[in-house]
Amino acid sequence: MHIKYESFVREPLVDGDKDYHQVSEDIIRPIEGKPGRMWYVGFFFALALLGYGVFSVAWAVYWGLGTWGVNRTIGWGWDITNFVWWVGIGHAGTLISAILLLFRQGWRTGVNRAAEAMTIFAVMCAGQFPIWHMGRVWDAFFVLPLPNSRGPLWPNFDSPLLWDVFAISTYFTVSLLFWYSGLIPDFALVRDRATTKFRKMMYGFASFGWTGTAKNWQRQEALALVLAGLSTPLVLSVHTIVSFDFATSVIPGWHTTIFPPYFVAGAVFSGFAMVNTLLVITRKILHLEEYITIGHLEAMNKVIVLTGSIVGIAYLTELFIAWYSQSWGEMAAFQWRILGPYWWSYWAMMTCNVVSPQLFWVKKLRRNIPFTFIMSIVVNIGMWFERFVIIVTSTYRDWIPGSWAYYSPTWPEVGFYLGTFGLFFTCYFLFAKYFPVIAVSEIKFVLKTSGDNYKRNMAKYEEQSSESFIEMVTSHHDEEHHEPAHH
Amino acid sequence: MAIKKFAVAAYDDEDVLFPAVSKVRRSGYKMHDVYTPFPVHGLDVAMGLKETDLHIAGFIYGLCGTSTAVGFISWIYTIDWKINYGGKPHFSLPAWIPITFELTVLFAAVGMVLTFCYLNQIMPGVKKHVFHPRQSDDLFVLTLELNNHVSEEEAIAFLKSTGAKETSIQMAEESWWYGRWDKKEEYEALNA
Repeated sequence: MHIKYESFVREPLVDGDKDYHQVSEDIIRPIEGKPGRMWYVGFFFALALLGYGVFSVAWAVYWGLGTWGVNRTIGWGWDITNFVWWVGIGHAGTLISAILLLFRQGWRTGVNRAAEAMTIFAVMCAGQFPIWHMGRVWDAFFVLPLPNSRGPLWPNFDSPLLWDVFAISTYFTVSLLFWYSGLIPDFALVRDRATTKFRKMMYGFASFGWTGTAKNWQRQEALALVLAGLSTPLVLSVHTIVSFDFATSVIPGWHTTIFPPYFVAGAVFSGFAMVNTLLVITRKILHLEEYITIGHLEAMNKVIVLTGSIVGIAYLTELFIAWYSQSWGEMAAFQWRILGPYWWSYWAMMTCNVVSPQLFWVKKLRRNIPFTFIMSIVVNIGMWFERFVIIVTSTYRDWIPGSWAYYSPTWPEVGFYLGTFGLFFTCYFLFAKYFPVIAVSEIKFVLKTSGDNYKRNMAKYEEQSSESFIEMVTSHHDEEHHEPAHH
Repeated sequence: MAIKKFAVAAYDDEDVLFPAVSKVRRSGYKMHDVYTPFPVHGLDVAMGLKETDLHIAGFIYGLCGTSTAVGFISWIYTIDWKINYGGKPHFSLPAWIPITFELTVLFAAVGMVLTFCYLNQIMPGVKKHVFHPRQSDDLFVLTLELNNHVSEEEAIAFLKSTGAKETSIQMAEESWWYGRWDKKEEYEALNA
């Protein structure tokens, strides 16, 4: 006996009356129609921001990094703050697509495509910052281990900054491959539905000639599983290595062993917030409320309250260890961090990251969409301040009081940051228009188990006692053995 | 690379497809393939397909990545260009773990995806015959390869008896070729 039964305790993952064809219709239709006015407004606004970012970067490259506010005491400023912030945001996509696949979490199917897209765009944005921070950007290839005319002089493989080069570029490549290997079957669907020649040609090209034979799918699932298994340690390694940029130094405030888990938790925290920001809008504009349900948003809010609490414990642990070590440098660094001239950034971080997410313990608030949206932005503001606090307030008062300094950004730094928002949203708007924003084949895979209309048919099994249910299933099973023609 | 004759059956339910597959396997007809819009678990077993070895290939690519990283870095630091970084040993394996790990993952992932594309014979610009435009949407399409000794009518009647919603006889290229998806192929005129 084969029934696709799932307990009513679990919410349906797809609401409404759906069959396979309706799923294709709902998700692919936005690709086939003309985008709305809001899309054009948003897209061109994002392009304008991107243009301003390009101008700001060009300005800094032409006149040199003296146009930035960074100085000899605070060498990293907004630039590396933004780098770490964007990389962290990217982590949620991989967590959803890889780690939740290994944990067999069905709800990931509704959000994994958009979350992975977000990962890729966020890593693209992050990569800009270390590159342009080099100043003489035409020498950027020096970080690669290429045979060269300087000896050959190789990069320092013992340096966390070089580990970062490998980590970020591997992360980007593997995320892109994982994402695209899942997109191929969905592009084939768009191709087979296409009514215009141009769309047929473009999606025919993008779908690599996929036809979906049984063997194709068998290999596709094997690939997805192994890529998920590879991406899981990869995503943890990436922010671990980013935290090594700080933790392997001997600067008070950076020289701590809890940085790797603390950074990873913070990354997941901010990433889920960004996923919520994007999906609350996307589901509304593309009318995908039945696929990205309130249950999905609630699941992500639960992750936010968990990781927010981990981050909070990490902040308190840092304070405790600074006192417990009785190292005067550590103690002074944290005292100045909390009460010094940058007190406002520390308290903005504490409020946004530790205090306000605790409201998500209330179920009503977890399932409230406007509140989720506001909170997702609050969390990302908080996580930006966390990186600012780590970078600036650990360095602005260094070992020599004569070199103590204050730092505020100049317009090219702010413009560069805004420009990465432009890059991110330009990519996201194109994605929302031309790509299936939900993994169609994965939704179809869970539809008969977790779709609302299919679950309703299971009411008769739900009411049965577990003894009679087991008896029914096993007795049917015996019949099958007596009657080999059936299977 | 040959144009062959196929009997095509489209089913609208997995629960009809599975008994149909086993009937075809016992019937003596030559099953060409089954096309589905999403992965149907157990279908590969029902069709008698072997488990894929793709993950073994991934493991081997990963080992290549590990040995490339360790080999390359240790050659550079102990033979090619010895630099004293703060008195650390030239052969400082723990410091190479991050890059070794990243290259292991990178080689495994890239290698596996390329192998995946090669085994499935997919690539940008590749074209294959689509037996039913809804095989990527909501239909499960089973195809039989026919030769001149097999009656088309009997094959269609057999497929209908297995519960097929739609049936047809099609001439089709069985393999892949380079082409544009918006262009009709010459052989498709045979199906008109």
